[in-house]
Amino acid sequence: MASATAADVVNSSDARAVGAARTTITLQLKIRRFNPEVGDDSWWDEFTVECDPLERLVEVLHEVKWHHDGTLSFRRSCSHGICGSDAMLINGRNALACKVLAEDVAPKVTIEPMRGLPVLKDLIVDMDSFMDGFKAVLPYLINDSGEPDKERHQSPEDRARYDDTTKCILCAACTTSCPVFWGDGEYVGPAAIVNAHRFIFDSRDEAGRERLKILSEKTGVFRCRTTFNCTDACPRGIEVTKAIQEVKRAILFERF
Amino acid sequence: MTVTHTYDALVIGAGGAGMRAAIELSDRVKTAVISKLYPTRSHTGAAQGGVCAALGNTEEDHPEWHAFDTVKGGDYLTDQPAAQLMTDEAVDAIYQLERWGLPFNRTPDGRIDQRRFGGHTANHGERPVRRACYAADRTGHMILQTLYQQCVKRDVRFFNEFYCLDLLRTPGGATAGVVAYELATGELHVFRAKSVVFATGGYGRMFRVTSNAHALTGDGPAIAYRRGIPLEDMEMFQFHPTGLARLGVLLSEAARGEGGIVLNADGERFMERYAPTIKDLAPRDMVSRAIYQEIKEGRGGGPNGDWAYLDITHLDPRVIEEKLPDITEFARIYLKVEPTKEPVPIQPTAHYAMGGIPTNVDGQVVLGADETVVPGLYAAGECACVSVHGSNRLGTNSLLDLVVFGRRAGADAARHAAEAPLEPLPDHPERETLAVLDAILTRDTGDNAADIRTELQDAMFDLAFVVRSDEGLSKMREILNGLRGRFDRVAITDKGAVYNTDLMETVELGYLLDCAETLVAGALVRTESRGAHYREDHPLRDDANWLKHTLAYREPDGSVRMEYKPVKLGPYVPMERKY
Repeated sequence: MASATAADVVNSSDARAVGAARTTITLQLKIRRFNPEVGDDSWWDEFTVECDPLERLVEVLHEVKWHHDGTLSFRRSCSHGICGSDAMLINGRNALACKVLAEDVAPKVTIEPMRGLPVLKDLIVDMDSFMDGFKAVLPYLINDSGEPDKERHQSPEDRARYDDTTKCILCAACTTSCPVFWGDGEYVGPAAIVNAHRFIFDSRDEAGRERLKILSEKTGVFRCRTTFNCTDACPRGIEVTKAIQEVKRAILFERF
Repeated sequence: MTVTHTYDALVIGAGGAGMRAAIELSDRVKTAVISKLYPTRSHTGAAQGGVCAALGNTEEDHPEWHAFDTVKGGDYLTDQPAAQLMTDEAVDAIYQLERWGLPFNRTPDGRIDQRRFGGHTANHGERPVRRACYAADRTGHMILQTLYQQCVKRDVRFFNEFYCLDLLRTPGGATAGVVAYELATGELHVFRAKSVVFATGGYGRMFRVTSNAHALTGDGPAIAYRRGIPLEDMEMFQFHPTGLARLGVLLSEAARGEGGIVLNADGERFMERYAPTIKDLAPRDMVSRAIYQEIKEGRGGGPNGDWAYLDITHLDPRVIEEKLPDITEFARIYLKVEPTKEPVPIQPTAHYAMGGIPTNVDGQVVLGADETVVPGLYAAGECACVSVHGSNRLGTNSLLDLVVFGRRAGADAARHAAEAPLEPLPDHPERETLAVLDAILTRDTGDNAADIRTELQDAMFDLAFVVRSDEGLSKMREILNGLRGRFDRVAITDKGAVYNTDLMETVELGYLLDCAETLVAGALVRTESRGAHYREDHPLRDDANWLKHTLAYREPDGSVRMEYKPVKLGPYVPMERKY
């Protein structure tokens, strides 16, 4: 490789990656607060933070917590979109706070807890009913045909069939963006269907019919009104609505 | 109000090692998992590139070759019988994951696909070998999900968002249970049990640039250390060469396994000079050190001249799309760089603790050079030190470690719980924990925990990172003394009982300080360079004096006392480490 050319390329990628470090921007945060120890009603707080334009919003929230108001509470862990802890309503849209950059929302951002789940404190919601929906679809491989000595075989095509839905991190961004889920406490919600899809379309699994039966009940897929909110909200880029449609079709035609 | 629970066995932590242990335990004895995070939030999910086993699916391979690579990769500080056992059991451990549904990438004929990874070679160093089983660059995510699915199937009892704060031991040293804090309510819970398995992960958050989650604060090692358990080889901390510049977010070694290369600011593939045989696939410690050497000689890039570059522009876009989708997304989102068209700015990032709570190959926690077993106490995964990784872990061996030793720890903890009696609890088992929390909660003015943490992270990055010296480490020890004093005066704003994450972060900071103190103490005494521990004032490995593990004990005054234990050798005679 000719080093002059390579150096030029190298330096071009620097410019953007650093860009940020040179100047800061001002970000105003409006955050919906709630604390059951303070009262029954939520309230709004506003904070102004100077930060790097490429700063992750979750780290801006840390800045607020660490230097403005230590009582601000939110979940977070990996800070790069893998653990699924920090899904919240950011400017009216569900997203992971670690995958939104300050410059994407500057100069002003409104942050609220996800909708449709009970708020426990500030941006922390009760995940139990969400996890119950997940558990209801038998989210584990079922195959009673005896175990091979080594691995089961699966063709790359069969593996690709369910690839998209293996990406789910159970952050609840899809389920809590669904108007049907907000409307009644019965619907299992998009995330549960995504996880059912992951096994229904896995050639190694034998319990597809059982899961389809669960999802054909009144709490299941036919509550979906195809609003695509879930697909828009998914931080992993899963085509959630498409997965739901595939499950609906499998129920109607028993083909999977 | 304190609630008391009784179980046969407890697992502390719900990442890969914890859930693998729980699967083993829950079939046999009454088990509970206590985790400060929901299980699927654990950092096992962030592991990317693969999990190794000599399946030989794409080319000839043998567990013995894998064992050799693991020992050599660890610069001979690895306990060889443990490495042999892990690499032997690796094959069945991978098949087990597949049978539980893990969606591995496949070969054209439908078997588990395998790819190259740093330091993994054919026939004792001849050439890179395809040994890493993988699911795109989401292998850890798939392992975490698969293990959680199996826990759901078995209806494993989880106490989610319960934060373990103390280990209860009898005066004779046996295990009696733990004390945990329920985040949702602020209540303390005493858990009585015969077996306790620590699986709390690492402590990379003591460094400014790290691939580790915020949650990785060394809870298990610090709790054990405060209760008389030594910590082994704490100075051995891995710095992964390809962290996203500024952020430290991991860019998998799989990028190099698939053909990616590392460049300096001149665009030179400098690893050709440092590891002529396997070049960019040299182990992580060597690549990180090479990057520091390039930086030192003025060939670093970026605003401060301390970056290098990961170049995957020459790879087939389909390979990038199918095998490296997540890391390319990280570069796009966080650095606004397009990895298919331009090199990605990188810097070494604090990644993995080789050291931790000393255990034998059954996960039993052991004390001292003669390895006295602590009855009922176990550790597995990153928080443990078996030691299979020695002074430098090979890529993919961490995921392997947690399935192999998670299983073994769970199995032996079940055996112990079935045989042993419940030990009596001390009077007021929660009293000391309560005193610690109350001291923080009742102080109205004092130091800010976040500022102390930031200073810790900055100083550790400057003084105890890839390149170390007596001067720098001594300075670090002084800084730690100062930070410890300030930590004892920390005041927080949140005085509430519900989700008091202000309080939790402060407790975590205390654990980080314990781990940092033992790391620095180990790094100061080890006057040699071995694996990830590089002393510029002692640049060579010194087998005559240092082919041994360090054991850091906490003295009553809080200072660190060092003991040592020999490395368990085997068929591989230590030799100079070249690639």
